[in-house]
Amino acid sequence: MAVALTQRRRKTNRILPGFGITLGYTMVYLSLLILIPLATLFIKTHQLTPSALHDVATDPEVISAFKVSFTASFAAALVNVFAGTLVAWVLARYKFAGRSLIDGLVDLPFALPTAVAGLSLALLYSSNGLFGRYLEAHNIHVANTSLGVAVALMVIGFPFIVRTVQPVLEDVSLDVEEAAATLGASRLQIFGRIIFPAIFPSILTGFALAFARGLGEYGSVIFISAGLPGQTEIVPQTIMNELSNYDYGKASAIAVMMLLASFTLLLIINVLQWWARKKQGGQ
Amino acid sequence: MSGAPITIKSKAIESTRSSHTTEPTWVRVVLTVLALGIVAFILVSLLVVIFSEAFSSGWGGYVTALKDPDSIASIWVTITTAAVVVPLNTIFGICAAWVITKFEFWGKSLLITLIDLPFSVSPVISGLVFVLLFGREGYFGPYLKEHHLKIINTEIGVILATTFVTFPFVARELIALMQSQGSEEEQAALVLGANGWQIFTRITLPSIKWGLINGILICNARAMGEFGAVNVVAGILYTIPLQVDNFNSDNNMTAAFALSSLLAMLALVTLVVKKIVEFITERHAVQPE
Repeated sequence: MAVALTQRRRKTNRILPGFGITLGYTMVYLSLLILIPLATLFIKTHQLTPSALHDVATDPEVISAFKVSFTASFAAALVNVFAGTLVAWVLARYKFAGRSLIDGLVDLPFALPTAVAGLSLALLYSSNGLFGRYLEAHNIHVANTSLGVAVALMVIGFPFIVRTVQPVLEDVSLDVEEAAATLGASRLQIFGRIIFPAIFPSILTGFALAFARGLGEYGSVIFISAGLPGQTEIVPQTIMNELSNYDYGKASAIAVMMLLASFTLLLIINVLQWWARKKQGGQ
Repeated sequence: MSGAPITIKSKAIESTRSSHTTEPTWVRVVLTVLALGIVAFILVSLLVVIFSEAFSSGWGGYVTALKDPDSIASIWVTITTAAVVVPLNTIFGICAAWVITKFEFWGKSLLITLIDLPFSVSPVISGLVFVLLFGREGYFGPYLKEHHLKIINTEIGVILATTFVTFPFVARELIALMQSQGSEEEQAALVLGANGWQIFTRITLPSIKWGLINGILICNARAMGEFGAVNVVAGILYTIPLQVDNFNSDNNMTAAFALSSLLAMLALVTLVVKKIVEFITERHAVQPE
C-alpha cells in the first residue's frame, strides 16, 4: 500500500523527463490527422438543411443499405460466437500437433488485406469455385446475395471472438473446476455453471467488436456482393456511390449516421469490458 | 515481470488436468476436428485460392504478371506510401505510449479512446474526410487550386488516408506492453544521472523492441493492404490492392492473384514474426531472473 502511494506521488510529480514534448506531439498529431478531419464530417452534415437531412434518412437506398449492413454484421457475429468460441476452447485447452500453427492462422484476417480476402471469397463462392460449385448444386447462392455479405463479414470478424475468449478460457481456475468435480458436478454442469459464466462477458465483447468491424467493412464485401442497390449494397458502398456523384453533403450525412452507430457500439464495448473487469475482480 | 506467475500457473494447469476436469477423449477429438474444419473452411481456403490462382499459368505466367508495368507501378506506390506512413505512425506510437504509460494526467483515458478511434471508423469514411478537406469542393479546395497544389488524386492523399487508417497499431501494441512493465528501471536510471534520451534508448527501447517490431510489422501490413480509404482518394493512382481490383475488372485473374499473393506473403510473414515474438517474450517471462 505504501509502495503504491509513493509510486502514485512520483507519477504525479512527473519525475521522468519528456512529458511536455510527448504529450504535445501526441495531441498535435492526433488533432491534425484524426480529430480535425473527423470534425469536418460533422460540420459538413450540420450545413445541410433539415429537409435535405430528412431526404437522406428516408432515402430507400440508404435505409436498405443500413438494413443489409446491420443484419449481415449481426448474423456474421452471431455465427462467429459459436465458431470462434469452439476454436478458442480447443486452442486453450487441448494439445494437438499443429496447435501453434492454427493459433497463428487465426489472426490471418487481421493481416491479410481486405481486398485480397474479398477477391478470394468471390472466387471461392462463384458458380465454378471450390465451395460455390457444391452450394449452387444444392441451390444455395452465396455470390451476389446478402448471404455472401454475411460470409465475408464472418471471415473478417472471426479473430475478434477467438482472441477475446481464448485468454479468459486459459485463466479459468482449475481449483474451482476441481472443487466442483469433487462435489459431484458433471462436466456439462461445470461448463454451464463455472466456465460459461466466466467467459460470457468476453463472448459479448468479442461479438460487439466483430459486429462493429462488420458495419464499416468495405473491401472484403464488395467483390462477393457486387453491391446491388436495394439487395446487397452495404452502407460504405452507398457512401462511395454518393462520392462518385460528387454529392459530398449526402455522403457526409450517411457517414455521420454510420459513425454514430459505431460510437454507440464502442460505448457498449467499454461498458461490457468494465462489467467484465468488475466481475473478475469480485471473484 | 507481471506475466511470469500467470504463465507458470497455466503450464501447471495443463500438466495436472485430470479426467474430472477435462472431457472424454471422443469429445476432445470431435471438438478438435470441428475446430480444424472451421479454420480450414474460413482461413486456409483463402490461402489455397490465392496461391493456386496466382500460379494457375505456371511460374512463367506469375513472373510475367508481376513484371507488368502496371504491377510494378503499383508496387512502387505502395512501398513509397508505407515508407512514409510507417515511420510517422511509429514515432507517434512511441510518443503516445511514453506519455500514457509513464505519467498520470487529466483526460488520459479519453486520450486512449481517441487513439483507438480510427478502428471504429469505416475505411471509406476515413478517405471521405480528406476529400471533404482537400477535394475540389473541399474546405481547402479553392486555396489549393489557386496555388496549383493537389492532394486528392495524388500520393499525398494516399499517404494521409493510409496514415489515418493505420494510426493506432504501434501505439496500441506499445501501450499494452509498457503498462505491464512499469517505470521503476527508468526512474533508477534517472537517479543515476541519465538524461531523457539515454533513458529511452538504453532502458526502454531494449525492453520494448520485440513489441515495437510486432507493431511496426502489423502497421506495415495494414498500410500496404489498405483498400477502402485509399480507393476514395487515389483517383487514377494505383496501390497494390487498387491494382488488384483493376486487374479483376479487366478479368485478368492471374495478374490479380499474382499481385494478391505478394500481400498474402507479407501477411504470413507478419503472422510468423508475431508468433516468434510471442515465443521469445513467453520464454523471458517463464525464466526466473
